[in-house]
Amino acid sequence: MSIKVTIDGKEVSARDGDNIIDVAAENGVYIPSLCYVKGKPCLGTCRTCSVKVNGNVMAACTIPVAEGMEIEVNEPEVTDMRKALVELLFSEGNHNCPSCEKSGRCELQATGYEVDMMVSRFPYRFTPRVVDHSSKTIFLQRDRCIFCQRCVDMIRDEKTGEKIFSIKGRGTHARIEIDTDLANEMSPQQVREASDLCPVGCIIDSTQGYDDPIGKRKFEVKTIRDRALERTHR
Amino acid sequence: MSHAHKKDEILSHDLPATPLDPKTQAIRDAKIQVAMIGFCGCWGCTLSFLDMDEGLLELLEKVNITRSSMTDTKRIPGRMALGFIEGGIANSENIEVLEEYRENCDVLISVGACAVWGGVPAMRNVVPLEECFREAYIDSPTAVPSAKKVIPFHEDLPIITTTVKPLHEVVKIDYFIPGCPPDGGAILKVLDDLVNGRGFDLPSSMNRYD
Ligand code: SF4
Ligand code: SF4
Ligand code: SF4
Repeated sequence: MSIKVTIDGKEVSARDGDNIIDVAAENGVYIPSLCYVKGKPCLGTCRTCSVKVNGNVMAACTIPVAEGMEIEVNEPEVTDMRKALVELLFSEGNHNCPSCEKSGRCELQATGYEVDMMVSRFPYRFTPRVVDHSSKTIFLQRDRCIFCQRCVDMIRDEKTGEKIFSIKGRGTHARIEIDTDLANEMSPQQVREASDLCPVGCIIDSTQGYDDPIGKRKFEVKTIRDRALERTHR
Repeated sequence: MSHAHKKDEILSHDLPATPLDPKTQAIRDAKIQVAMIGFCGCWGCTLSFLDMDEGLLELLEKVNITRSSMTDTKRIPGRMALGFIEGGIANSENIEVLEEYRENCDVLISVGACAVWGGVPAMRNVVPLEECFREAYIDSPTAVPSAKKVIPFHEDLPIITTTVKPLHEVVKIDYFIPGCPPDGGAILKVLDDLVNGRGFDLPSSMNRYD
């Protein structure tokens, strides 16, 4: 069923039940997101897609549109909130982009550019995080994990459906873990899938290095905004 | 700098110098005054500054670069419109000099990852300082075997800070140019805007963190 909503004051029609991110993208309005994957159940973990819905701040990926909904995306207060959320992620982990295999293909980095982040307003924390080399197929560069839980939910053992990744601990003690035995059973395709799915450079395919030259990397060829609007970025 | 020195010491900038001819001096004085410095970094950002290529020539019509690693001037000679700073804060001397830049510059710009958040030198922030010293001076695999192993410590040596800090955690910074290093084009865009009285505006297409 087709319904009417407004996005930044402009009336648009949408399919009832579609989420705000998709409806906005269909109408040429980009909403940054880091955990949402089109076509997969929404995780709602990163909150980077926060917008105002009838005046209240909500994560756009979690909200299905409804008749008459007033959605504000490029409103200054919520725009700055999204930027702050991205800045928090840069302060929380250790993101030394020049030494990161994902640089140029990284959704966090690309989103930082889209929200015009020059520096984080929060103190950089420099928390020591140990790299996990225990599996043969994957390195976990924990410095870069943003706890989006994409890997936890979407990458599972092909035979049993068991989770391969999990988050242990809470708050500042939270840490991404990998089941080494299950990881060693992963096919090269699934390893690549996991490393591509990770929005940052945390899940590193141990057979993959810096593959594309600077200037030819994924988000340099086409920005994350353009990919999101074309809905092809995954 | 304000570093206390003994009465019988003469610093190079206190030595008598031949003044510039008045015409050249007048031309320089009429320009926008810029001071530059590199703290704990690799000078890559300064190389990117040179990477402005012919853009640099146009810029130099408008600005006069005073203290910098390229002019080898050791003091800020007066009130500056702009301070262009590369590198993070890693020792007591960096702090002292940064404060001097803040006092003497109308606008300070953090240039490059090291200045903006700590960058490559800040990789030591996740390791205790004692361990860093031990690795560098005591257990260093490249140490000369017969040499006495000491961690340098002397009143004339700056004290190393526990962690490498971004500039804005020490003084107020007005603008930030990320990148390691930023492209010459990004530096040119920012400086050209500022010297021509436009505001800071680094578009997302020119912003980069690597
Ligand atoms: S994960 Fe992304 S933001 Fe973090 S260091 Fe790598 S490229 Fe940079
Ligand atoms: S490892 Fe990657 S995909 Fe998994 S939670 Fe961390 S950032 Fe998300
Ligand atoms: S930001 Fe990069 S290029 Fe600039 S001084 Fe630091 S390490 Fe060197």
